[in-house]
Order: sequence, then structure tokens, then C-alpha cells
Amino acid sequence: MPQVSLTVNGRSHTAEVEGRTLLVELLREGMGLTGTHVGCDTSQCGACVVHIDGESVKSCSILAIQANGCAVTTIEGIAEADGTLHPMQAMFREHHALQCGFCTPGMVMSAIDLVQMHPEGLTEDEIRHGLEGNLCRCTGYHNIVKAIAAAWPIMHGKELPLAAE
Amino acid sequence: MGFEGIGASVRRKEDHRFLSGNGNYTDDINRPGQLYAVIRRADRPHARLLSIDTAAAAAASGVIAVYTGADMQADGIGGVPCGWQIHNKDGSPMAEPPHPVLATGKVRHVGDPVAVVIASSKQEAKNAAELLSIDYDDLPAIASVRDAVAPGAPLVHDDVANNVCFDWHIGDKAIVDAAFAQAAHVVELDLTNNRLVPNALETRSAIGDFDRSSGEFTLYTTSQNPHVIRLLMGAFVLHIPEHKLRVVAPDVGGGFGSKIFHYAEEAIVTWAAGKLHRPVKWTCDRSEAFMSDAHGRDCYSKAAMAVDAQGKFLALRVSTLSNMGAYLSTFAPAVPTYLSATLLAGVYTTPAIYAEVKAVFTHTVPVDAYRGAGRPEATYILERLVDVIAHDTGLDRLAIRRLNFIPKDAFPYQTPVALNYDSGDYEATLKAALAAANWDGFPARRRAAAARGKLRGIGMSTYVEACGIAPSKLVGQLGARAGLYEVANIRVHPTGSVTVFTGTHSHGQGHETTFAQLVSDQLGVPVDMVDVVHGDTSKIPFGMGTYGSRSLAVGGSAMVKAMDKVIAKGKKIAAHLMEASVEDIEFKDGRFSVAGTDKSKALAEISLAAYVPHNYPIEELEPGLDETAFYDPKNFTFPGGCHICEVEIDRDTGTVSVVNMVAADDVGRVINPMIVEGQVQGGLAQGIGQALMENAVYDSEAQLVTGSFMDYQMPRAHDFPPMITSTETTLCTHNPLGSKGVGETGAIGCPPSVINAVVDALRDYNVRHLDMPATPQKIWSLIQANQPRMAAE
Repeated sequence: MPQVSLTVNGRSHTAEVEGRTLLVELLREGMGLTGTHVGCDTSQCGACVVHIDGESVKSCSILAIQANGCAVTTIEGIAEADGTLHPMQAMFREHHALQCGFCTPGMVMSAIDLVQMHPEGLTEDEIRHGLEGNLCRCTGYHNIVKAIAAAWPIMHGKELPLAAE
Repeated sequence: MGFEGIGASVRRKEDHRFLSGNGNYTDDINRPGQLYAVIRRADRPHARLLSIDTAAAAAASGVIAVYTGADMQADGIGGVPCGWQIHNKDGSPMAEPPHPVLATGKVRHVGDPVAVVIASSKQEAKNAAELLSIDYDDLPAIASVRDAVAPGAPLVHDDVANNVCFDWHIGDKAIVDAAFAQAAHVVELDLTNNRLVPNALETRSAIGDFDRSSGEFTLYTTSQNPHVIRLLMGAFVLHIPEHKLRVVAPDVGGGFGSKIFHYAEEAIVTWAAGKLHRPVKWTCDRSEAFMSDAHGRDCYSKAAMAVDAQGKFLALRVSTLSNMGAYLSTFAPAVPTYLSATLLAGVYTTPAIYAEVKAVFTHTVPVDAYRGAGRPEATYILERLVDVIAHDTGLDRLAIRRLNFIPKDAFPYQTPVALNYDSGDYEATLKAALAAANWDGFPARRRAAAARGKLRGIGMSTYVEACGIAPSKLVGQLGARAGLYEVANIRVHPTGSVTVFTGTHSHGQGHETTFAQLVSDQLGVPVDMVDVVHGDTSKIPFGMGTYGSRSLAVGGSAMVKAMDKVIAKGKKIAAHLMEASVEDIEFKDGRFSVAGTDKSKALAEISLAAYVPHNYPIEELEPGLDETAFYDPKNFTFPGGCHICEVEIDRDTGTVSVVNMVAADDVGRVINPMIVEGQVQGGLAQGIGQALMENAVYDSEAQLVTGSFMDYQMPRAHDFPPMITSTETTLCTHNPLGSKGVGETGAIGCPPSVINAVVDALRDYNVRHLDMPATPQKIWSLIQANQPRMAAE
């Protein structure tokens, strides 16, 4: 079986996997990182989003061997070592942006990437379109949008520029 | 510690684990030595099962066992039971055909489970399942309710004539007929409530485990009500007594009704674990979920209202065909009947109502409760009908509603369809919604939209629903095969922290926080010192679970009752310790004090004395501070309110944009306003989804066309505007909290407000009604087919 070496949440791992093993299967079943979820089988829902070398990727849509040599960050790896939540996690809690919690890991990972990709600012409309790849069945997205807008200034260390209407 | 009691938007206790990837959902659980089950399902809607050749699958790599319906039959395994029995108009019981766990003889819908392959890995089980050779003799099939009752339609069950499961009615037909004969206007409307797939983001999963030393079975499952699953599966399917069957529902990733029901897969993995003496895990793929989770709605109604010259409703007549699918799911018969037809008075004083419901079998996935369960169907009928009455008579839609409202001084109000509303103020929620939506400013917004080439419309719905299901004696008379009380155990630990054990279950509703707030409010214990435990039959005395927005109204009331017992016992201990009479002991803010003195003791001091009873009235009082209460509600609760939707339609594409969504609801006493808002927003999203996007489509041969997220349109973030929600409170008069329930209001009130807005936007195109979902194609076709009236505006 092919071997894959990768860094997950800062720790090196080497594993033997079948060629067809998806990255999400390696994370969940091979490494016990069950925070990354599987909500569909057509790459539609985004519950499995992780960061690969800093960019958000649906971990159901790539093979484990494709992540060879990469640095993978999962929901388990974004809080500080002392348990202090990442600003995005903290704002999700503050703004009640999660209910059942199942879409939440993927949603948070997508949201972090979205904010990082937009240092110039984000409008509400851009946030909503930026979440196109993530489904949530509980919240109606209203509070997720609020949480992301609230995390932007914390992550960028400045006020969110007012959107030009 | 700030204020954490009733009324505080306490941030959720459960969020830290969900946000850090430490949730514990069923598929996250793995048992030592676990095997994997994959189910081979029918790929056709109706066929005789001629043979199943399992040899190649059984010989495949990693395969431990292959089972079919015959194996289960040989073990005496029962069918999947139905939890509610409806009676026909003539008093005879409904047809209740067998629902085998694995199909025997015939398959009856795409997705019907035929065989299970159990292997060392999921991949090996999947590979082997494809090696099963199943020989079918295809038979004609029907998917729609109207096709099912057509003369000569293929039968789903050979001994159920005309595919009719039951033919039920409620109300006084003669009085209604007489009122229709006298009416100035009779307004008729035929409408379809579209079939939906619940699609909780977590798919179903189940792990069966068997402990050889104790002989105890454990089922881990994605369930909203583990005790009910234990009862149904243990007693009717696998014949395992309760004390040998533990059901655990850990964190559950959304349910919306679809995880109430006992499903075949739960029985399959539990039974297989007992046969193989190994844990057996099954997790549903999404495409498998589309054809095996119970669907929602799917009914066709003919409605007519008799109206006098001023617009007063005289009588309502509704005749409904309701799709049960191929087999009866747990609560299915109750949904179109006692959870729907009984709501047809709505918020109006309609003095006479007659409703009949024909429930029919089709070659489709079973249909059962989905967020709102019957009340959205009733609300859709009524609130569309009111707007059509306005359309047909020229009366104003707002004025008609107000003219017919049950006035706030008329409560308790007895409807002609059995329910007795305890409280409400429909004018208050209407006013709040009109103000929030700036209803009066709409004409200017419509003109502005027209100048941009857009069609703008506004629509409302004023609704009432029934929650907090329900008094056991009453539901017993109505056909429920269970009581519907709730159970709470409040355990005050020696050092004063508290664990709440509840028979309800949270799958997103934030019970761990709301219930901790109840304890904080009543016992004065900080929220951080309270843990809420649910979802494990080995820890919780009993319970009926979470559905019908019952957890706070019924489960919370049980907690209040148990805490009353804790306080009563604490007073006796305090009286002993402070050498006072029990009558003089007062309890407030977590302290027992002697009235008129400065003597007091904290709850923690009392609990310590209760568990270390050195100085204790041991002759009269048992040690410990741990109380259990069963609470049986006295009535349903009746949340209500007004939803207003504003839309813009692109005339070139027919695309509807929701530009404003307002909900003003009366949900009774609010414990955590933040959570209540979140529940309403989520419900509205599912309501807008139903009205504009979602539709489970079967083709004419009963093949499921919308079988994945590629084909079934799930609402996404950019489909919604910000939502404006508020509450106006009248208290429930018959439970100790005054709370009514909020989990379903959004999905109930919203859909007709959206369609009313769409029809309003199309008013120049001579559109009287269109069925959900109002897709771009449907609207574009209507625009093309109808010449615009010359608007005088």
C-alpha cells in the first residue's frame, strides 16, 4: 500500500493507505481526528473542510496520498495550546452561529480562509457568497454571517471597513 | 457570575466542544473489534423478490456475514412497528401492513433494504454488497397520492384496497354544509404541499454492541428519543427486555423530526451484533439517506371557505390526500390528522370546520413528521386560502385576517376541531410584524422596484400551532400507543453542583444551556455548576424524547417539578439544622433562611448535610438530595404569530429573491432569547427552502429523481436576507414555566407568507395561486403565459 507522510496540526504522521483512501478518511479513521465531518458524498456540504498549506479544501474531494508532504490543519488544530479559542471559534460562540454543531468545523475552517483571503474587507454579500460551499441546516446562516463579520476585525487587527453601498 | 436565569442570553455550554472538534457524534464512536455493515437497497420501486444469491458476497475478502430478510424471519424478528393508530370514519382501525426490517417477498420503494453485508472494513462491505445478485420481477409502481387512489392503480400492499391506509374525518359535516349553502362567497383552492427531505447534516448512523458477560445489548444511534427506540425495537422487533437493552444517542447533528422514528438499520446492527458477538457499525451515505430517511409533507388538499358579505368566515371544508410512503413510519398516521386537521381553525373564529383525510400508500420512502409535522400543512392551506379569498372577493387581506381573529379576551378558546387554545394575542404579533416589515411603506418600495424592472411583492401569514405534545390520556384516546409525559431527575451533589437527567434530547436546540438556566433560576446554582445529561437510557430514568417543540414545555416542566421536590426536602433539612419549623423556612437565590431572622444556609450546605447525615433528621428523612419527577402536560401549548415576507422577482429569469423576512412570534416565556432567535431563524430558513427551492421529485415510474445534494436544492447562505425576529409574549396558562415552544414556528408560519408574497408580486399577471416550490422555471412560465394587466398604480 502507498505510504503518505504529512503534518497534521503541527505533528508529523506517516501512514500506509489504500490508493482510494480519501484525506477525510485518513483524518477520521486513521488518526482519530473526528472533528472533521462527512455530511455528503458529492462534495456539496463542506462539513469536511480543512486547511492544506493554509488554504481551505474539502477533505472528501482529495485522496490522502495527494496530501503527501502537506501541512494539514483541522478544527482540532486552530485553538491555542492552552485551549483559548481562535477568534473565529470565539465569535461563532458569541453570536450563536452553531446549533447542532455538525457543519460547524467545516464552516469555521471555510470562514477563517475567507477572512484571511480578504484583508481589504468583506461585505455581508461577499460573506454569504463566500459560504457557497458550506451547508448548514440549523441556523439559516444569519448568525454565521454575523460571526464572520465580527471575527474579521479581530483577525486583521483593524476595524472592518464599511461596505460601500 | 452575571444573571444566568430565565431571560438571559447565556452563551451555550455545549459550544466549546462543538467548536473545537470534540463533539461526540455516533459515527465518531468506534468499538473494539467493530465490524461494518453496508446495506444493499432496492434500486427499483416495486418488484417481486425472486432470489438473492449471496454466495459471491459471502466469499469476498473481509466478509463476516451476509443476511437477508429470510434470516431475520428465521430468527423470529418482528416488523418495524407504527406508534399511532388512526381509525376510519366507520370506526374500524387503519390498515397496518407488515413492515419487514429487510424486505421479504417484495420491495416497495427505491431504497427498501434487501440485504446486509457485514465485513471487517467498510470498503470490503461495500465491495461485497455489489456482488449480491438479486433477481427481481418488476411490477408497476405509483409515487403520487392522486395516482395511488386512481381506479386500477397498482397496489403497494396486496391486502390494502385502493392503497388507502385510512379514511378519517373530524368536525361536523352537516353544520358545515348548511353554512356553505348560506354563504355570500364560497372560495375554493386546491393545493399541494411539496414533499421534502429533512437532510440533517449528520446522516444517520447506528452501532450495535453485545456484552457477552452481561448479556446486554447496546445501540448507539442518531436518535431524538432513545427511550422510545428502546421501547419499540426491544418490545416489537428484537424481543429484548428493557433491562438488557441500552440505547445511547450521543451528540446528534440535527434531526428536524427525521431522527424520531425507529428505523430498520437500528434493528439490523443490534441483531447482527448479538449473532456475531462483535460490534456492528452502519453509517448512512448521503445518497442512501435520500432514499431511506423518512421524508416530510407530501399531501394534496381541496379546501373551500364559506364567507359572508363582510368577509367573516362561516365554515371551512378541507379534503386531503396524504402520502404515507410504502410503509407506516413511527408517527406517520398522526401527522395529517391530529397534528394537522385539528389546526384548521388557525387564528380565526371559523365556527364550523369539517376535514377529511385519506392516507395512502405509494411506492416511495415512508413519510413522517418533519419540522412542524402537520401544522405547516394546515397553516399553508389556511393562509393561502385567506389570500385567495381576498383575491376573489376584492376584500383586503389584512382586514380579513383582523376581522376573523380570535380576540385576545376570548381565551381559553374552544375550536370546532377539538383543540382548546389556552392563550394568545394575535393582534400583538401582527402589529409587531407590520411595524418591523414597514408594511405601510410597501407601495413605494414596489414602485421603486418596478423602476428597476423588478416585480416586488409582500405577503403575510398569521398562524397558530400546537406544541408540547401532550396529555397522555388524550393522545391515548386519539390513537397514540405511548404516553407523552416527560421525566426529569435533578441530582444535587454533596458539594452543591447539579446534574440534570432528562428524557428529552438535544440535537441542536441548546438544551444543555437552557435547562442549566432553569436550574440557575430555581436553585440559584451557577450555570457552570450544572450539567445536563440526555441520550442514554442507562442514565436517565425514562423519557419520551424531543419532537413537537415539547422539550421545554414538557421536559422543562418536569424539571421544575423535580426541583420543587428538592426544595421541599431541603427545607426539612434546613429546618433541622437551624432548629426552626419547616413552615418558617424560605428558599430564595440558592439559600434556605428562617423567616424573620438572619439565619440562613446555602444549598451546598444543605446538600452536604444530606449526603453526610451526621446531624440530620434521619428518623423522618432519607439521606441524599436527588429527586425525580414525571410531568404529564394538561394540554397542548399554542405558539402563534405573524410572518411577513417581501420578495423581488426578476421578470427575465423568474428568479425570486427574498428581500425581507420578518417573524413576530408568541412562544410563551422565553428562557434564552439568543437561542429562541436562533431557532426561529433556522425554521424560517427551512420554510423559505420549502417555498422556493426544496422538492423531492419522483418520476412517473416512482424513481427518486432528486437523490443527492446535486439535485435537491438545499438553501445556502446567499439565498437569504438577514432575518428580523421578535417575540410578543402571552404565557402558557397550564405549565409552570409559561413556555409554549419555538422549535418549529419558523417552518410553520413562513411558507405561506413567501408564496403570498410571490403571488402578490405577480398580481399583474393574473396569478391566483402557484404550488411550492416557486422555482424560477415555474414563475418564468407563468409570466410568459399571462399578459400583464395594465396596472393602474
